[in-house]
Amino acid sequence: MQTPMAAPNQTDGGQDALVAVSGLTKRFPVLKSLFRQPSSFIHAVDDVSFALAPGESLGLVGESGCGKTTVGKLLVKLLEPTSGGIHFRFPSRDANGGSGEPVDASEIRSTDLRAFRRQAQMIFQDPYESMNPRRTIYDTIAEPLAVQGIGSMTNRVDRVTEILTRVGLTPPSSFLFRHPHELSGGQRQRVAIARALVIGPSFVVADEPTSMLDVSSRTGIMSLMQELAQQYGISYLYITHDLAVARYMCHRIAVMYLGKIVELAETEELLRNPLHPYTRALLSAVPVPDPRFRRDRPDILGDLTLPIDPPPRCRFYDRCPVATDFCEGNPHPPMEEQTPGHWVACYEA
Amino acid sequence: MATVREAPVLEVVDLSLRYQTRQGEVQAVEGVSFELAQGQSLGLVGESGCGKTSVATSLMRLLPENAYLAGGQVKLGGTDLLPLSDDEIRGYRWRRIAMVFQAAMNSLDPVHRVGQQVIEAIEAHRMETTLADARERVARLFRMVGLDPQLMDRYPHEFSGGMRQRAVIAMALSCDPDLIIADEPTTALDVIVQDRILRELKVVQQELRMGMIYISHDIGVVAEVTDRIGVMYAGRLVELGDTADVFRSPMHPYTAALMSSFPSVHGERLPLVGLAGEPPNLIDPPAGCPFHPRCPYADDICRTEFPDRSFRGDNWAACWHPLDASPLSEDRQNQDF
Ligand SMILES: Nc1ncnc2c1ncn2[C@@H]1O[C@H](COP(=O)(O)OP(=O)(O)OP(=O)(O)O)[C@@H](O)[C@H]1O
Ligand SMILES: Nc1ncnc2c1ncn2[C@@H]1O[C@H](COP(=O)(O)OP(=O)(O)OP(=O)(O)O)[C@@H](O)[C@H]1O
Ligand code: SF4
Ligand code: SF4
Ligand SMILES: [Mg+2]
Ligand SMILES: [Mg+2]
Repeated sequence: MQTPMAAPNQTDGGQDALVAVSGLTKRFPVLKSLFRQPSSFIHAVDDVSFALAPGESLGLVGESGCGKTTVGKLLVKLLEPTSGGIHFRFPSRDANGGSGEPVDASEIRSTDLRAFRRQAQMIFQDPYESMNPRRTIYDTIAEPLAVQGIGSMTNRVDRVTEILTRVGLTPPSSFLFRHPHELSGGQRQRVAIARALVIGPSFVVADEPTSMLDVSSRTGIMSLMQELAQQYGISYLYITHDLAVARYMCHRIAVMYLGKIVELAETEELLRNPLHPYTRALLSAVPVPDPRFRRDRPDILGDLTLPIDPPPRCRFYDRCPVATDFCEGNPHPPMEEQTPGHWVACYEA
Repeated sequence: MATVREAPVLEVVDLSLRYQTRQGEVQAVEGVSFELAQGQSLGLVGESGCGKTSVATSLMRLLPENAYLAGGQVKLGGTDLLPLSDDEIRGYRWRRIAMVFQAAMNSLDPVHRVGQQVIEAIEAHRMETTLADARERVARLFRMVGLDPQLMDRYPHEFSGGMRQRAVIAMALSCDPDLIIADEPTTALDVIVQDRILRELKVVQQELRMGMIYISHDIGVVAEVTDRIGVMYAGRLVELGDTADVFRSPMHPYTAALMSSFPSVHGERLPLVGLAGEPPNLIDPPAGCPFHPRCPYADDICRTEFPDRSFRGDNWAACWHPLDASPLSEDRQNQDF
């Protein structure tokens, strides 16, 4: 498998980042709740910055509800940010390989969205989200080809058949004319993957794409995604709760906690040398396939919290086993580069 | 986790389920039999598409239109559920058997507040409750699955994937069922939240002596939460036994392949090796042992006759040439796939 490529700088991503995100923020108003004023906000994504090189896979891991899907949806313009910027530099399709002009995501108008979707796709956490229950599997996967005007009818049939085979739905003939509800959970997930990859995008947000697959099918899909990345220089933002999957798919991993990225490093470095107390807790809680093994209780305090108008201090403060008085009285710690390429936001790291 | 012999809450005998499609009949479940004692948990594992969800939805009698039961019995506390009328089965569903659906995201109604949906489940099945009691109960269930009770009055689209999954777990537990079927209930949860929910689930399950069927591709979790484990391949149950024994020394070659191919975050990063070969086409499954096209030990009899069960203690495997009892290497947990 590939070796991690030289990772771009955490914030500016250098000149040739495919995607550069700076200060990305998304707040959802808390409306008409019985308990809150309507002026409260869920700080789903709070001042997040990172960059992705062409062909790079960045893993995004973190607690359920910490904002991963929201980051993903912002990147493919399914949500508009409250503040912050996203810049793309897609490879131009006509000139051989050269990078195209930089695009500011906020300037992509609805009329340009079709061209944007040709480049940027999302595999949804919920495979139903990208599927119309009345469409057959063939129509579901061929739709993006049709929308983009790619290929003739017969050519589309060939492409759909080929990608079905590659995601392990064989023989394709027995799946083409079924409807999404006539598939198992993992089969549906593979259709969602096929649909996103069939038009050859440059950037894919993959939101828990293999969570319902057994190890064997997952291995096949992961190799497929990596082959395509190498062949066509696809970059992935790979959202997953499964660190073992991230280990195989991702060059670097970013760890989120309550709307903030708290640690970012090359994959093996992060797994071997986690610096943030949340990352440590996460790694210690990974289950092991042995009935005699009991995992330790993760070293984390208290209960899950909601990011509704959080106090300005470290987001992890309430649950941090090593928090100090300093942490209590100071703002959320900034991301700092501890060793080259290893960034962490913690006063005690 | 000693398995105590008790009267089974659930007895599944020779269950078979088919789906009709344009290309032919999908043989999703073929002759599946197992028992579950009170307070016992059974893991169901196997490749994607092998029929795990189909077994679960047959037990709930929540089958899609193109499905038909080709035979078998599903006895809950002695009553066969399969011949019951739709009205009769409604008295069992949720109150006696509850299920956490694999498509958790899809099993919440988008236009109703999440807490309200759980309250409705409680009110529909426990007549005696008042609204205040029901709200209090939902708040307790929410806290148990790590959801802030103030989220009760919000809509499903305001929940993250994992929050929806937890809400669905709370809903399944809301009526204290005798049997809970959890179909990939933690796929959208990080390991810390998952760990917490599995502990809570275990506590409730043991307190209420609830039977549990736990479907998952995550072998690590299955090892942790189940007493017994059933391995499915191509619609068949191919191995069934005590979880610890099956992990220590699987009898069926498919089980062995499944267990040795687990990825790890610890130790060295080894190359990925999936199980070679294609999963079988259930419209036209292979003759004989369905695993034979991918099995390194297959011989003539494997290709023509479905294997008899071989027993080792209480465990069995449907295989002509079961593996020896030699324990797999001790350091298997450090092996990558
Ligand atoms: N449309 C919305 N309206 C209000 N709140 C929302 C909305 N979408 C997400 N949220 C909230 O924003 C936070 C982040 O949600 P998000 O879906 O990004 O989490 P996630 O990291 O993907 O979690 P999971 O791993 O559980 O899928 C959560 O608290 C969620 O309740
Ligand atoms: N309504 C349906 N019509 C036709 N075929 C179906 C239908 N539902 C499921 N199937 C097929 O039946 C087989 C078993 O499906 P099932 O959902 O039980 O698998 P599973 O073991 O739960 O898989 P996964 O781990 O992917 O969820 C699959 O091959 C699937 O394609
Ligand atoms: S800054 Fe302080 S509270 Fe925050 S993670 Fe570090 S030690 Fe814990
Ligand atoms: S019956 Fe034969 S083909 Fe089937 S698993 Fe056993 S040895 Fe392999
Ligand atoms: Mg999500
Ligand atoms: Mg399933």
